[in-house]
Amino acid sequence: MSDLTKLTIAGARDALRKGDVTSVALTEACLNAIDAADALGAFVHKTPEIAMERAKAADARIATGDAPDMCGIPVGIKDLFCTEGVPSQAASKILEGFLPQYESTVSGQLRDAGAVMLGKLNMDEFAMGSSNETSVYGNAVNPWRAGNSDAALTPGGSSGGSASAVAADLCLAATGTDTGGSIRQPAAFTGIVGLKPTYGRCSRWGIVAFASSLDQAGPMTKTVRDAAIMGRAMMGHDPKDSTSANMAVPDFEAMLTGDIRGKVIGIPKEYRMDGMPPEIEALWTEGTAMLRDAGAEIRDITLPHTRYALPAYYVIAPAEASSNLARYDGVRFGHRAKLAPGDGITEMYEKTRAEGFGPEVQRRVMIGTYVLSAGFYDAYYNRARKVRALIKRDFEDVFDAGIDAILTPATPSAAFALGKEVADPVEMYLNDVFTVTVNLAGLPGVAVPTGQDAQGLPLGLQLIGRPWEEGELLNTAYALENAAGFVAKPAKWW
Amino acid sequence: MSIDIDTAARVAKLARIKVEPEALPALAAEFNAILGFIEQLGELDVDNVEPMTSVTPMALPRRADVVTDGNQQAKVLANAPDAREGFFAVPKVVE
Repeated sequence: MSDLTKLTIAGARDALRKGDVTSVALTEACLNAIDAADALGAFVHKTPEIAMERAKAADARIATGDAPDMCGIPVGIKDLFCTEGVPSQAASKILEGFLPQYESTVSGQLRDAGAVMLGKLNMDEFAMGSSNETSVYGNAVNPWRAGNSDAALTPGGSSGGSASAVAADLCLAATGTDTGGSIRQPAAFTGIVGLKPTYGRCSRWGIVAFASSLDQAGPMTKTVRDAAIMGRAMMGHDPKDSTSANMAVPDFEAMLTGDIRGKVIGIPKEYRMDGMPPEIEALWTEGTAMLRDAGAEIRDITLPHTRYALPAYYVIAPAEASSNLARYDGVRFGHRAKLAPGDGITEMYEKTRAEGFGPEVQRRVMIGTYVLSAGFYDAYYNRARKVRALIKRDFEDVFDAGIDAILTPATPSAAFALGKEVADPVEMYLNDVFTVTVNLAGLPGVAVPTGQDAQGLPLGLQLIGRPWEEGELLNTAYALENAAGFVAKPAKWW
Repeated sequence: MSIDIDTAARVAKLARIKVEPEALPALAAEFNAILGFIEQLGELDVDNVEPMTSVTPMALPRRADVVTDGNQQAKVLANAPDAREGFFAVPKVVE
């Protein structure tokens, strides 16, 4: 029955309605696959009891003939989402033992739609990382390997456990979050689809905050159609998030016609970076040809401030993180350091945060503290916010000129070896060079697998859309997916 | 702008993260590498640009100033490292 775990959401939905399969059978198959895949480090808190209970309820609901699309679908939830009564520690020691008394809006919407939570997924600590190597749980591992090598590769980050679990068919789909590329980069590294919606589409309530003006949840799935189905279930207005958009969420799946004739696709010259591997260059050229052959008009465009996106991000994101993470003080939840005789409250804060935060989180909290400190606020933080406005204006200019979507590579390389880039934080930051602009501008972006490198590793392209037009964006992604015909799967070694 | 060891110590203090003195030189070097990367922002002319406050132009939603939630003391305290008599307990702060 292991083939059940290979189903897509759409395939499982249809099979559930026909009575060809039950959610209980699907869920059991996934739980067995998860138990056999500890080597991937993807699931870090398993919830088989909750899963079986929800699967039974889903089967009963489907039998009534009135169940939403996600009903009975087994999914994994990134550890960043607070899930009631289930550990939710953002892969950090500082939230060890934390049991939320509430459910995040997004995971709650999925639960209410009948989705079956299989467990919590590995990630970089507080979503700060591009390789899933900053996690307190240890690395998540990519199910893909390069050629005949048995070297462990990164699944990307920060949603590395989500990407690994979906690519390895441990679950049908997973939630991710994306602050600078944390859905799209791991999706590209593992040959799956990852959608970052427009900022404000998914409620941030109950998701552990990293950089609030950039964070956005989204689906990580096997196909574009699945991203349309699951994305719709995750989105919607929530009064508990003041930046949540009060806008209707359309039926994205119904918009998947695959017809993109007459659409105008922009190819930004600034994304052609010095030293770009020829395989990425070729992938991008091929993807451009696929969209042209599908009837789209291809137009060269310029996004002149692109090169300033990463430095602006590495001011804004740490600044917001230093503020958001001030709440981890050892008073209300999570870890508190053991104190020495005579220690006061300041020592409690300082020891708790030194013990609880890993090195990358400490580094970013302190960088954020520095750029917000007296005397440097204007030089760094305000300047970065101005640059951010220029980056957003770049996109507005091309959309005003008639561009419907923008095609870029998703990542500057295929998945790299675990341990390779830990030593140099700035080198690691460059992983997000193609994705971070989208967060700064608040736009929707989607990574689609379109090819493989010489060693057989998956490679992805990114499509960037107009704000709030995820439906049209997904339809373009659907046309690209159809043309690329990516069907490769990792050979099972775990 | 170069960060020296004293500045690194001051930043750690502001961030309320205990850093041992022997770890400060490496920390200062890391800060300098990251800030060196950020310095590129200085190349741009941003004189007539307003800093972004909200990526999507929107008015902050308002609602009536009424109590909408509460009476959840047990849930609020459920994850406290040290809760006593309905309060969060911390080391003595007032002599």
